[in-house]
Amino acid sequence: MNLMMLLEMAAEGLGDRVAVGPLENGMTYRQLYEQAGMAAAQFRETDGDTVVLCDESSPAVPISLFGAAWAGMPYAPLNYRLPDDDLSSLAQRNAPGVAITDAAGSVRLSGVDRLETLTRQQFLEDPANGAAPCTAPDWSMDPDDIAVLLFTSGTTGAPKSAVLRHKHLVSYILGSVEFMGAGADEATIVSVPPYHVAGVSAMLSAVYAGRRIVQLPKFDPDDWIDTVEREGVTHAMVVPTMLARIVGALDARGGEPLLGVRTLSYGGGRMPLPVITRALELFPITSFVNAYGLTETSSTIALLGPDDHRLAQYSDDPSEQRRLGSVGRALPGVELSIRDDAGTELGAGEPGEIFVRGEQVSGEYLEAGSLLVDGWFPTRDGGFIDEAGYLFVQGRNDDVIIRGAENMSPGEIEDVLLTHPGVSDAAAIGVPDRQWGEKVVAVIVLADQTTQPADGAIESEIQELVRQRLRSSRVPAHVVLVDELPYNDTGKLLRRELRERHGHLGDSDG
Amino acid sequence: MVELKPGARFQSTVCKTQVIVVKGDGEAELTCGGTAMVAAGTGEITGEPAPDAAEGTLLGKRYSNPEDTVELLATKGGSGSIAIDGAALSVAEAKTLPASD
Repeated sequence: MNLMMLLEMAAEGLGDRVAVGPLENGMTYRQLYEQAGMAAAQFRETDGDTVVLCDESSPAVPISLFGAAWAGMPYAPLNYRLPDDDLSSLAQRNAPGVAITDAAGSVRLSGVDRLETLTRQQFLEDPANGAAPCTAPDWSMDPDDIAVLLFTSGTTGAPKSAVLRHKHLVSYILGSVEFMGAGADEATIVSVPPYHVAGVSAMLSAVYAGRRIVQLPKFDPDDWIDTVEREGVTHAMVVPTMLARIVGALDARGGEPLLGVRTLSYGGGRMPLPVITRALELFPITSFVNAYGLTETSSTIALLGPDDHRLAQYSDDPSEQRRLGSVGRALPGVELSIRDDAGTELGAGEPGEIFVRGEQVSGEYLEAGSLLVDGWFPTRDGGFIDEAGYLFVQGRNDDVIIRGAENMSPGEIEDVLLTHPGVSDAAAIGVPDRQWGEKVVAVIVLADQTTQPADGAIESEIQELVRQRLRSSRVPAHVVLVDELPYNDTGKLLRRELRERHGHLGDSDG
Repeated sequence: MVELKPGARFQSTVCKTQVIVVKGDGEAELTCGGTAMVAAGTGEITGEPAPDAAEGTLLGKRYSNPEDTVELLATKGGSGSIAIDGAALSVAEAKTLPASD
């Protein structure tokens, strides 16, 4: 198996359809195939073992992804937003290699040993760089070859290289996408960066489905809305912070609904209920899909489909309404299991650690090897599965607040904090406590930051709100007001940073 | 007889059809156009599909046996029809999963 098999099929079945870019003058599937063959020829002539991409979204992304697969080299997209030192050290770990980057990137990567750099412009003008283009489908079909290396986002600890082999990604696509399933008028907007697993899977899914890719290099909510309208975008995938900002921008434009989007998929973090509720109103005829997946699982492993969303929106049944906060059910071919600390499988409704098994699950790192036991990958995410098989994710296990002997999910508290009309964003963290081990701190962003609330007024309102809705152990010992919460650029809340910033509220000997 | 294990690829010798095994195990008589298929890349196309096995194979479609123990994906289409142990395979139903990425 090889990712190139997917593109070869698309080029054969839909050669003249536009694969990437605007309907007029975009790159067709046949052209993408040819460009990948040219890139492969150049990659094979370099001394590198890896194709590094250090750049924002452009047609160079699919060309280098497929070109690397053709050449038999892993494709390693890097986070170009990292500070210079961190970027160099990640690039060094992929040397010897060849890097495609922008002008600034070639300067930033110039100190990296045995890493040849090419600017995006050079690469797009002549992907072969003088080499004779590959034309015969002579890529390796060894399913165990490495296709993609992705540094995990590293909100805790040092970044590790997750290994995705051709068999994982191809299984994911064959298991979840219908070949040429997209109509000729469909287009998907890709606003996640190339170094995110969704940035990789978006390319593969769209190519196999025959859905045109429209790339948005720098996310901006107004730009997103304008591009959707201009390019006739029918499909989109966003992370929660993006959807929150799109909802805000639509409201600022007068709350006119966006009707052209047929499917809006979201994932990559916890979606606040108020955001999704408002989004359902602003996209009244859109099919919503909540996708849950990890880098180590080749993207989506569970999803909450359109019918579940609308059912929850209109249902009076609390257990159906509640499913809006779930990530739905496992994909076909994917098994889920909830286990306790001893590894014993738990029953419906019982919270524990989420384990996953399936052909798309890699669970492997270059540094640490495979973490699979009998095929099962421990996700480090906490959660539970209800009687009907719906999976509820309750955040990273590392983020669980443990007060006394009680494990508390920050998300559960945050959902309540966000129902306060004066609160626009909120986080719950644990800080050391002498008596209980940890205590809850609520970090709040006020919707109206221009007026200063009376001393202590909002704090006691927040505490009272949590006391009414949840058990008293969840009531924040402290409520801190901040201007904004720290997120990484793919929308993950940086809880470790919050714990460092507000750790002083805890007992130093706690 | 060929071994049907996931990831294995076969080609027809009487038309352009190529398939990859998505699901399956054990040995079987895999034919296309009435003639045995061979491992991809190991055969030439000579001859034509037999008249009773010439309905064609469609690129990108999945084919399964009635017991649903074998599923093949056509990575190249051709004029011959594929069969296992003499029984023609039928097109498996399209997936209805919504796009998630």
